[in-house]
Amino acid sequence: MPISTAEIVIQVNDLSFNVGPKSILREVTFKVRRGEYVVLVGPNGAGKSTLLRCLMRVHRSARGRIDVHGRPLDDYSQRELARHIGYVPQAGGEVFPYTVEQFVTMGRYPHLSPFGSLSADDRRAVEEAMRRTGTLALADRLLDTLSGGERQQVYIAAALAQGADILMLDEPTTFLDYRHQHEVTSLLRRSNREQGVTVVAVTHDLNHAALEADRVVALREGRVIFEGKPLDVMQADVLERIYATRLTLLEHPQAGIPIVVPETEARENDVSG
Amino acid sequence: MLILIAVLTVAVLAVAPLIGGMPIPPSALWGASEDDVAELILWKSRLPRVAMGFLAGAGLAAAGMAFQAMFRNPLATPFTLGTSSGAALGAALGIHFGWHFDLLGMPAVSLCALAGAGGAMLLVYGLTQTREGFSTATMLLAGVAVSFFFSSLILLIQYLSDFTRTFRMLRWVMGGLDQVVGFGDVLAVLPFVVSGCLVIFYLTRELNLITTGDELAAGRGVEVARMKAVVFFAASLCVGGVVAVCGPIGFVGLMAPHICRLLVGPDHRRLTPATIMLGGGFLVACDTAARSLLAPTELPVGIITALLGGPFFLWLLLQRRGLG
Repeated sequence: MPISTAEIVIQVNDLSFNVGPKSILREVTFKVRRGEYVVLVGPNGAGKSTLLRCLMRVHRSARGRIDVHGRPLDDYSQRELARHIGYVPQAGGEVFPYTVEQFVTMGRYPHLSPFGSLSADDRRAVEEAMRRTGTLALADRLLDTLSGGERQQVYIAAALAQGADILMLDEPTTFLDYRHQHEVTSLLRRSNREQGVTVVAVTHDLNHAALEADRVVALREGRVIFEGKPLDVMQADVLERIYATRLTLLEHPQAGIPIVVPETEARENDVSG
Repeated sequence: MLILIAVLTVAVLAVAPLIGGMPIPPSALWGASEDDVAELILWKSRLPRVAMGFLAGAGLAAAGMAFQAMFRNPLATPFTLGTSSGAALGAALGIHFGWHFDLLGMPAVSLCALAGAGGAMLLVYGLTQTREGFSTATMLLAGVAVSFFFSSLILLIQYLSDFTRTFRMLRWVMGGLDQVVGFGDVLAVLPFVVSGCLVIFYLTRELNLITTGDELAAGRGVEVARMKAVVFFAASLCVGGVVAVCGPIGFVGLMAPHICRLLVGPDHRRLTPATIMLGGGFLVACDTAARSLLAPTELPVGIITALLGGPFFLWLLLQRRGLG
């Protein structure tokens, strides 16, 4: 299904957010369509994570307009919102010793009543989420005994168990080693392409954006300064505008899209001699 | 495991009234003993005291558990937010000015303590409210600041007061169940503890979620700011009611949730009933020891809990070092 005509699931118009006198977000405007994989990039302090938090209504004093599935954000109760948007934080940080199954089951909160127990639907959603993320085998493990990559997958499972059709991820692959990066990235790709989950991810990793995203939104100092397809973003002059530094690009052998090559200085000893 | 705790608690509650400076035969419970004095002691002093001990322990433990979840900090106690200093200040003022009146079955000093606890609570709440809602870090700071400020005011009052009154204030701060005679006090505290615990029990899922993080909880659908306010008030109800009558009894609120977490795990759906039962039973056991060890003298129960508190912290420390 062509994405360009799909329903707009998130519409942000002129979003501004200040903390005291400091402007974190300035008149941010963009939209996300159903089934898209949108990646937010930008230098440190650009406001990417803050934008995510505004979309989840963690920050409530933002000005401007956010619509989810065509309705204003303020029309939703926090529970209703949680049924549509699943938040996946970074895998670092402190955790209480819940089991993986307990944690993923907590994701069903927006569907549960205070004293009710889990319905068959709830249990099925939890099991399905864990199966899709390959975390079923970890069900009885304690969260604090998992590796970063495993924990990230568990967090994604919990967000999927919520029944959310939109996943919002904050730096999903930072702090992960290569194998786990690969696992998490393929998990997101599968969820997006096979199950039609809309993905909005914040990342430092430009290459992740280049290879996975349908669209890239670049922020700098709280403003959207570029929006477009990966091929359009991964141009040296565009990247220089975003990051205020000259990056070297090389074409990826399989994807045909330019990716960023790490900077280095020429060595004094000539290695190829 | 939960059942084991329940059985243990019931056992403690059943046996405790019979132990003491004067041993009472079980037959006094159903009026079959010939010892009228024993029966009098049982019904007027022992049973109310055990009931109060259970309520106090349960209320403090539940509040401690709720705060530990809300602040994601294992060192949080029911008194972290200044409620005990507020109550102590209220009590100090009541004792200093020698007020004597009864309202709702509570003596003047208790009412002043309750007012003080309520005042401290509102002050801390007011100081931490921002447009965005609560910051728990700010709340902790505000609680500590209010505690210190009130403590200095108490010292001032103690200095200005006469000898007898100052002594009474000091004894009050040690916390104890020895003022309990008859069921009047118990009935006065009952609504506070029961309503506070019921609210906390209602919020078990939210408590679980908040321990995973504010943002994550919000992402799952919890109205974080509102939930924290409700937990804050419920816990303060428990603590205020208990402290008004018994004074600040330390360590129960800190230790009981920790011990229960080791026994039943961090899921609040099981942790809450476990903590309430263990907290209550534990305090009754401590109080039984307090009034029996040096009979006929009675130690304030706060001393026993504090004596147990030190080694408990050491044990916690050793546990962590073992893991780290």
